Amino acid sequence: MADENCIPINSEIDIVTARQKGREMAAKLGFSSTELTLIATAISEIARNIVEYAREGEISLSIGQQGDKRGIIVIGCDNGPGIPNIKLAMQDGYSTGKSLGLGLPGAKRLMDEFEIVSEVGKGTKVTMKKWVQNHAR
Amino acid sequence: MFVPILKQGDYLIASVQSELSDADLLKLRDDLVSRVGEFRSRGVIVDVTILDVMDSFATRTLRSMAHMIMLRGAKTVIVGIQPEVAFSMVQLGLKLESVATALDLEEGMALLDRQTEGDTRRG
Repeated sequence: MADENCIPINSEIDIVTARQKGREMAAKLGFSSTELTLIATAISEIARNIVEYAREGEISLSIGQQGDKRGIIVIGCDNGPGIPNIKLAMQDGYSTGKSLGLGLPGAKRLMDEFEIVSEVGKGTKVTMKKWVQNHAR
Repeated sequence: MFVPILKQGDYLIASVQSELSDADLLKLRDDLVSRVGEFRSRGVIVDVTILDVMDSFATRTLRSMAHMIMLRGAKTVIVGIQPEVAFSMVQLGLKLESVATALDLEEGMALLDRQTEGDTRRG
């Protein structure tokens, strides 16, 4: 795909880069300023999960099309330790790290679609999508 | 990115100038916690007007910062949370809980004035 942007996530500085790039791409798609903040925040949460649990990985941003809907697709993947119990990890307040445990369930609430695939010892892939609402602009 | 900390009477004002990385936020927290003692400040204002993202880490750090500053005997007010950021924090389920907030710097100063009224260190 032409409009694709891949950001390596190796340190906490990259979290800021990832959410800025995500915001830029989403702005071009015509999201409202509130939606831009929601998208940037969701990217921040999954990028931080990569840094905290897998230490390195990447965030890829692309423009998606589904029927007459256009939107942003954010994929975060890593080859980290994986998540043994996704159901538990998606619960508010559950954390094995030092966070508030709101990262994954929170990111899900901020986006329209959210999917997580993880295998212990192999890594984790989070796919999030948000569609541009056709409000009169 | 360096966050300047200004001393204004009994208060310290930290005015965030650009997006902050996790390390920047932790440094700001540590700087403020120590400067409260250095300047014998009664209150701290953290102006986050410029921030367009407050994620779980930023919120948790501000919360722990306010708590540490309270343990050092001063009050903290977070000012300038943008409407979009407020919306996103609520969606995400983030709470600042017992941390005082105010609309802007002016309101933050007024709030500290009310809260620290009568207990001046300078005598």
